[in-house]
Amino acid sequence: MADPILSIRDVSVTFDVRPQGAWPWTPSLKLHAVSKLSVDLMPGETLGLVGESGSGKSTLARAVIGTIPQSGGQILYEGRDLAQMTPQETRRHRRDVQMVFQDPLAALNPRMTVGDIIAEPLITHEPRTPRQEVKSRVAEIMDKVGLLPNLINRYPHEFSGGQCQRIGIARALILKPKLLVCDEPVSALDVSVQAQVVNLLRELQAEMGLSMIFIAHDLSVVKHISDRIMVMYLGCPMEVGPARAVTATPRHPYTQALIASVPIPDPVREAARYRPVLEGDLPSPLSPPSGCVFRTRCPKAQPSCAQARPAMEAADPDRLVACPFQEVEEVLAEA
Amino acid sequence: MALLDVSDLTVTFRTNDGPVNAVNGLDFTLAEKESLAIVGESGSGKSQTAFAIMGLLARNGAATGRVAFDGTDLLSLSPRQLNTVRSNQIGMIFQDPMTSLNPYIRVSDQMAEVLQLHKGLSKTDAITRAVQMLDAVRIPDARARVSMYPHEFSGGMRQRIMIAMALLCRPRLLIADEPTTALDVTVQAQIMTLLGEIREDFDTAVILITHDLGIVADFCDRTLVLYGGQTMEEGPTAPIFADPSHPYTAGLLRAVPRLDREAEVLRTISGEPPDMSNLPAGCPFSPRCEIARDHCPTVKPGLAPMTDSRHRACHATPAEMHEEMRDG
Amino acid sequence: MKLAQPDAKMLQEVGDLAEVRGRSLWADARARFFRNKAALAGLAVLIGVCLFAAFGGLIAQYERDFVDFSLMGANAYQGSPSIATGHYFGVDIDGRDLYARTVQGTRISLLVGIVGALVAVVVGTLYGATAGYIGGRVDNIMMRTVDVLMSIPFMFVLILMLVIFGRSILMLFIGIGLISWLDMARIARGQTLTLKNKEFVEAAVATGVTPLTIILRHVVPNLLGIVIVYATLLVPQMIIFESFISYLGLGVQEPNTSLGALMSLGTKQMNNGTLWMLFYPLFFFLITLFAFFFVGDGLRDALDPKDR
Repeated sequence: MADPILSIRDVSVTFDVRPQGAWPWTPSLKLHAVSKLSVDLMPGETLGLVGESGSGKSTLARAVIGTIPQSGGQILYEGRDLAQMTPQETRRHRRDVQMVFQDPLAALNPRMTVGDIIAEPLITHEPRTPRQEVKSRVAEIMDKVGLLPNLINRYPHEFSGGQCQRIGIARALILKPKLLVCDEPVSALDVSVQAQVVNLLRELQAEMGLSMIFIAHDLSVVKHISDRIMVMYLGCPMEVGPARAVTATPRHPYTQALIASVPIPDPVREAARYRPVLEGDLPSPLSPPSGCVFRTRCPKAQPSCAQARPAMEAADPDRLVACPFQEVEEVLAEA
Repeated sequence: MALLDVSDLTVTFRTNDGPVNAVNGLDFTLAEKESLAIVGESGSGKSQTAFAIMGLLARNGAATGRVAFDGTDLLSLSPRQLNTVRSNQIGMIFQDPMTSLNPYIRVSDQMAEVLQLHKGLSKTDAITRAVQMLDAVRIPDARARVSMYPHEFSGGMRQRIMIAMALLCRPRLLIADEPTTALDVTVQAQIMTLLGEIREDFDTAVILITHDLGIVADFCDRTLVLYGGQTMEEGPTAPIFADPSHPYTAGLLRAVPRLDREAEVLRTISGEPPDMSNLPAGCPFSPRCEIARDHCPTVKPGLAPMTDSRHRACHATPAEMHEEMRDG
Repeated sequence: MKLAQPDAKMLQEVGDLAEVRGRSLWADARARFFRNKAALAGLAVLIGVCLFAAFGGLIAQYERDFVDFSLMGANAYQGSPSIATGHYFGVDIDGRDLYARTVQGTRISLLVGIVGALVAVVVGTLYGATAGYIGGRVDNIMMRTVDVLMSIPFMFVLILMLVIFGRSILMLFIGIGLISWLDMARIARGQTLTLKNKEFVEAAVATGVTPLTIILRHVVPNLLGIVIVYATLLVPQMIIFESFISYLGLGVQEPNTSLGALMSLGTKQMNNGTLWMLFYPLFFFLITLFAFFFVGDGLRDALDPKDR
């Protein structure tokens, strides 16, 4: 088996939060955005990260691209630890790992032309590229993402949301990266445009052999695009496994609840479906529950859940679930 | 008689680039206790429809046509009369609860104020009623939490407070404008379940405005699909989802990835949502329609009955549409 | 297979066209500005004042420091404004041509205002953007420095400086340059803090663009809107500041003059019936200030991001 392109080992990310009305010498509170999370990503694979807001999925993505430092564990990109890279290796990492952002318009500098925006990574990493070549490569990538190359001198505000997201994708792909991190790339888009962007990403991934981390809160989209899915809750992994298996036969109570909450645009199936509603709200990440973080909302919680955080157990060969009371539940049969 | 009868509703905004029609001649009715979903993307005019009914259009907007609520035309009322109808008979829930809750005033005072003003209750009575209402929207420990400030509640709880406030005067119509868009799926499920229960407990008619086809399927008796400020099709929810009769609805349903289905590639609708200042004279969907005829961009298809309860606006017959959209 | 097909019809229509020129936010703002009548009027007045300051001297009949001894002390009845004598604005108490002196005073006042605003724009913006972008301890030190500088009573220090080092235009420029950028630095920093969290900045960081390039390419251009607005409002503030100093007699020294100094002389002579000595400098002072305020307002409306 090939070596993973990205290996996340026991990674934690914490933020310092100043308590309200604190004195300068009061210690900061620690917010555990991601705690002790491990996962591998194979070359050419798509890993979907699902979870509600506050689950730490965006933070994890930023740790992977290196804009937020991890506070524990290791992130290995092609076998090298991000935290111990030499400046050359960091440059390589920045070049090979690119990101697509959630808000398509906010991710583009409003004062720059589309051509300049797309060319920026190229100019940064290959400053000696002749102008003519920059221009032709920008035109080439614009064509690839379905933008007319003659729009090169336009400004972002002259484009619709879907087109802006294409510009963002073009910028991410101009350096021919190896790993693309997509942080909720379609959740700000209209339903009819979402499918275009999802298809574009899949097509480009196949063509360029990209590995991809795809983050979304919409389980249906993640399932559609991912090979494997990791479900996160309050910074902790709940379940990892092949996309189809996780959605068809979820084992973790949280995954089950999540799937049950997703509405299906089909009144007949919807009426026939059993949909237990998860009670309560997400606990504060400043003081997460002891033991299993999900136990406060879990329908199957036992007193023992408060003791220690359950380990990720191998349910199937390629499936890890962090729950000792897991059982397969057919929340959803294939149509 | 229908509770709400909207006919030929047109909403126009004056802008620097000339007038923009957000809603173009919309017709629909809503019976007592009925629930109607208005589904559309950005720029479909779905929110402006709600604002026009509520008389809450932005200052550069104007509504024409007729919005008859219980027989009275809301558009012809004076602001004062409209205010009375609005506060006593129609409740509204917004996408972001924080925009309609004052962050500096306790929830109890905000809720009591509504009752004191419109029902003439004393402050103590009003607060008692407020607590009852918070209980009704399943806020745990309502008596203790009623005197908290809005920011002390989570997003889902705030939306519950909004619902409680909208229900305070026992309205006959509740308009929910994207009530769950800002919420997580598990919380969305909670709120939608709550809205369903509230509907039965309070016998309220509901207009649910959303872009999410999924929550419509679960919730509404009837569905109206809007595009470019015009009705594409309208009718009972189940048949519309099972057998869409308009290329837009059909395309939209195919473009959504579904948890219960496998699809190698998603079928897409080409193009972008409409530019409201530059709509074609004919069908607004024609530039993106895969079965558009030559006359579609110039001749507007009228909203014609398809069966007793369903209406559609398309030049192609349903049979032609199914034939032509099957492969592509 | 090409799944993400751009609209085929659109492709046909525009595919063959040459590159389309975009409409930048600046172009949008310019269009909005030119629709604003009050701002346009302000701009026209401002251009008029600048032309007057630059070329008004060409039609003056007298040198600004030429003293007409026959008129000295007699200006109240012989030196009133008149085209015939060539003293368009009359003469002052010392028999000097007020027209030539007003031209020169306007020039100095505009110069002071513009230099002050320029220092503010360049130093303040870069300082504030750097502090805001780097953040943390650097930001703390840089901004506390600004706080300290701001807490010094500058008018007092400037007067001391003028007294100790002698009264000169240079000293005045240094004094104004020292304080004008402080507010601007605060404004720029505040804006930078918001900009820093924008996704396009994050995108640049993630690709490995260097901090200096990010500040210059991504932060500063997006600050410029608010900076320009503030600068246009800062110019009149500086003019007033200079006038006040000159009014006290500490600013520009004879034979040079400024609007403030001219007005100071004018008020002293009010009882002698030579109101033109006050009126003409005051007129130019006021229309310049008003014009700047109108232009500043127009720019704010034009560049206001809420409008988009």
